[in-house]
Amino acid sequence: MKIDNSLPLEYSTEENSLKILGFWIFLGAEIMLFATLFATYFTLENRTGSGPTGAEIFQITPVLFETILLLTSSFTVGLGIHAMRIGKQKAMITFFSITLLLGLAFLGVEIFEFVTYVHEGAGIQTSAFTAALLTTLGTHGVHVTLGFFWGLFIILQIKKRGLTPQTTNKAFIFSLYWHFLDVVWIFIFSFIYLKGMM
Amino acid sequence: MDFFDRFAVPHPSIAIYASMAAIGLTIIAVIAGLTYFKKWGYLWREWLTTVDHKRIGIMYLLSALLMLFRGGVDAIMMRAQLAVPDNTLLDAQHYNEIFTTHGIVMILFMAMPFIMFFMNFVVPLQIGARDVAFPRLNALSFWLFFMGAMLFNISFVVGGSPDAGWTSYFPLAGNEFSESVGTNYYMIAIQIAGIGTLMTGINFITTILKMRAPGMTLMKMPMFTWSALIANVIIVFAFPVLAVLLAMGTLDRQFGTHFFTMDNGGMDMLWANIFWVWGHPEVYILILPAFGIYSEIISTFARRNLYGYKSMVGSMVIISLLSFLVWAHHFFTMGQGALTNSIFSITTMAIAVPTGVKIFNWLLTLRKGKIVFTTPMLYSMHFIPLFTLGGVTGVMLAMSAADYQYHNTMFLVAHFHNVIIPGVVYAMLAGLHYYWPKMFGFMLNEKIGKRTVWLLSIGFILAFMPMYASGLDGQARRMYTYSEAAGFGLMNMISFVGAAIMAIGFVLIVYNIYFSTRYESRDISNDPWDARTLEWSTHTPVPEYNFAILPDVESNEALWDAKKNGHVLFKGDYEKIHMPNNSGIPFIMSCIFFVWGFSFIFSLWIPVIVTTLGIFGCMALRSFEQDHGRYISVKEIEETETNLRGA
Ligand code: HEM
Ligand SMILES: [Cu+2]
Repeated sequence: MKIDNSLPLEYSTEENSLKILGFWIFLGAEIMLFATLFATYFTLENRTGSGPTGAEIFQITPVLFETILLLTSSFTVGLGIHAMRIGKQKAMITFFSITLLLGLAFLGVEIFEFVTYVHEGAGIQTSAFTAALLTTLGTHGVHVTLGFFWGLFIILQIKKRGLTPQTTNKAFIFSLYWHFLDVVWIFIFSFIYLKGMM
Repeated sequence: MDFFDRFAVPHPSIAIYASMAAIGLTIIAVIAGLTYFKKWGYLWREWLTTVDHKRIGIMYLLSALLMLFRGGVDAIMMRAQLAVPDNTLLDAQHYNEIFTTHGIVMILFMAMPFIMFFMNFVVPLQIGARDVAFPRLNALSFWLFFMGAMLFNISFVVGGSPDAGWTSYFPLAGNEFSESVGTNYYMIAIQIAGIGTLMTGINFITTILKMRAPGMTLMKMPMFTWSALIANVIIVFAFPVLAVLLAMGTLDRQFGTHFFTMDNGGMDMLWANIFWVWGHPEVYILILPAFGIYSEIISTFARRNLYGYKSMVGSMVIISLLSFLVWAHHFFTMGQGALTNSIFSITTMAIAVPTGVKIFNWLLTLRKGKIVFTTPMLYSMHFIPLFTLGGVTGVMLAMSAADYQYHNTMFLVAHFHNVIIPGVVYAMLAGLHYYWPKMFGFMLNEKIGKRTVWLLSIGFILAFMPMYASGLDGQARRMYTYSEAAGFGLMNMISFVGAAIMAIGFVLIVYNIYFSTRYESRDISNDPWDARTLEWSTHTPVPEYNFAILPDVESNEALWDAKKNGHVLFKGDYEKIHMPNNSGIPFIMSCIFFVWGFSFIFSLWIPVIVTTLGIFGCMALRSFEQDHGRYISVKEIEETETNLRGA
C-alpha cells in the first residue's frame, strides 16, 4: 500500500481517496432518496382524510430538543475529526462518543414524539399525510440508528488499532454521513415542522 | 395446513405444474452434477466468491441469457394467445400474469444485467485499469441482482405471479384488486435487485473518474466508457426514487398505509408519477450504453475515427438531463390539464434532437469508410433504420393531443419494442459477438451469426409493424383476447408468425454458441477485429491483472495509434501488482437477502427479523475485517506473460 504523507491520513492511500469519492456519490443518491420522500410529503401534506392535520399534532418543544441535539452532535463530530487530524486519539474518541450519545438522545426524543402522535390518533395507517410524515421522519431516524452502530464500530476499531489510514478513512466517511443527516434534519425542521405549524 | 396454503398458486394450470416439476428437476440435476464431477470447490473458489470484474461480467451475461429465454417464453405465449380471435389458450388471469412478468423480466432482469455485463467486462479494460474501484461491492451488486431475479422468478410457482402490469399502477396493484402475494414479489424482488444496481452505479462512476490509465483525460475516453459513465450517473439519480416508491408500495400493501389508496387522502396518481420519474430515465439507462456499443462497433468496422466525438458526448449529457423532465408523457390521458401536457410534449420532442444527432454521427462515420460486414456490424446496420422508425413513432406519441388515440393501444407496444429491440437488444447481441473472442478465446461463427441477424429483423418487422396498424385501429394493449368482428385477426396472426421467426433467431444464437464452442478455431490473435481501443491491446484470455504494465494513452483510440502511428502503449518494467482477495461475504449476504425477501413477501415476521439481523451481522463483520489484498510478484507476472505470449 503506497502512503502519501503529504495528505491527511484519511486521504493518504489511493484506496482511501476512492472510498471518499464513492461515498460522496452515495450521498448524491441519498439526496435523491430524501428528495423523493419530501416530494411525496408535499404532495400528500394536506390530504389528511379523517385524521389530524400537521398543525394539530406538531409540538415545538420536542422538535427543538431534537434539533439542538442533532446540530450539537454534528459540531462534536467535526471536533472529533479535527482531533483526529492533529493525531489526538483520546480526544477524538471522546468527541465521537459524545456525538453518538447525542444521537441516541435524539432517537429517544423522536421515539417519544412518535408515541405521542400515535396516542393522538395519528398512526402510520391514519391518512396519506401521516403515512408520508412518519415514513419521512422514520427514514431519517433509521439512518441515525444505523449511524449510531456504525460510529460505535469505528470507535472500537480505533481503540484497538489506533489512527491508521484505514480507521481514519472510516471515521472521516462516517463524519460526512453524520453531517448529511444533520442537513436532512434541517430540511425536515424547516419544511415539515415549521411550515406545518404556521 | 393453513400455514402452507399461502404458498399455493392461486390460479394453477398444467403449465405451472409442469414448470414446478422442471424447476425441481433442474435443481436436482445441477446439485447432482456438481457433486458427481466434484465441482463444488471450483464453483465456490472461482465463481461464487470471485471479485474479478471479468468473471462477474460473465455471470451477468449468463443470467441475462437465462432471463432472455424466460421472458421470451412469456412473449411467445402471449402472441400465441392473440394469434386468433376468441382464443382460450390462456385465460385472462394468466394473460395478466404473463404480460406483467414479461415486462419486468425483460427490462430489469434481462436488459439491465446485459448492460451490467458490458460495463463490467469492458469498462476496466477500456480505461486500462486492473479492476473496478470497489471489487467486493461489485460482487455484492451482482449477487443482489441475481437473488432479486431468482426471487421474482419463483413467484409463479410459489404464491402466484404479479399481475398488475410492469408499471403496477395503483389502485389496481393495491390489496383490494391484487389480493395474491404476486405484487409483494414485485415490490421486494425489484427492491433487492435495485439496491445492487444502485451500488453498481456508485462503483462505476468512481472507477471511471479515478482509475483511468495515465494520459486518458475525460475527452480521450472511448465512447462506450462515456456512455457507461452517463448511464451510471442516471442510475445514481433514478434508482433511489425507485427504492422509495417500492417501499411505499410495500407499506401500502403490507402495513395498511394510505399513500396510493382511494381513501383517507391517498393519491393513486402519485404512484404513476414517481414510477415514471424513475421509469423514463431507466429506458435511457438501457439505451445509452447500447449507443456506446454501436459507436465502438461502427467505428471499428468502418475503419474510421468516430465522427463528432464531442457532439456524441454532448448529446448524451443532454439526453441524461432531459430524461428526468419528460415523465408525464406516459400518462397524457390521465387528467393533468393542457398546460402540463404541452410542457411535457415539448420536453419529450426535445429528446429526439440529441438522439437524431447521434444517428447522423454514425451515418457520417460510415461515409467514406471501408465498411467490413461482420456480424456485429450487420446488427448495427439494421439498428440504424429500424431504431429511427421507433424514434419517429416516439415523436408521434409525444404529441399529447394525438396520444389520446395512441395511448394504451398496440401502437404504443409497437413503439417501445421498436426502440428496445433494434436499439437495446441488437446492441447486446452485436456486443456479444464482438466481445466473445476476448472473453473465451474463439469467435462465434460468422455465417450463422449473419443469418440470425436477418431472421431477427424479418421476424421483428413481421411481429411489430402490424401492431402499429391494429393499434391505430383501436386494439387495446393488455387485453387477453378480442372478438372476430373486431377484425384484428389477420394482423395478430402475422405478428405471431413474426414472433415465431424471432424465436428461431434466438435459438440460433444458442446453437451458434454450441457450434462455435465445438468447431471454431482457438488460434486467434488478441485483436481479431482490428479494433481501436485498449481492451484489445491485452492478451486473450485476459490475465487476472488485465495489464502487466498500465498503458500510456494519448488519444481516444490508443490501440489504433499504437498500430498505425508507432505510439508506444506499454512503457517501463513490471512492478508487483496489488489485487483484492476473494470473499464469500457478498454471496452469503445476498443469500440471506433472498430469505429475507421471501419471508417479507409472505409476511413471516420472525424470519424477517432473524435475517435482518443476519444482514447487519454481515455488514458488521465486514467492518471489523482487515483485508489488505495480496500482491502478484514480478516473477509471477513474467511467467504469465510468457505463457500467454507463447499460446
Ligand atoms: C425519440 C425518442 C423517444 C420518444 C419521443 C419517446 C416517446 C414516448 C412516449 C410519448 C411514450 C408514451 C406513450 C403512451 O403511453 O401513450 C413512450 C412510451 C415508451 N417508450 Fe418511448 N420514446 C422515445 C424513445 C424511447 C427509447 C429509446 C426507449 C427504450 C429504450 C423507449 C421506451 C419506451 C417504453 C418502454 C414505453 C412504454 C412503457 C409502458 O407504458 O409500458 N422510448 N415513449
Ligand atoms: Cu418515457
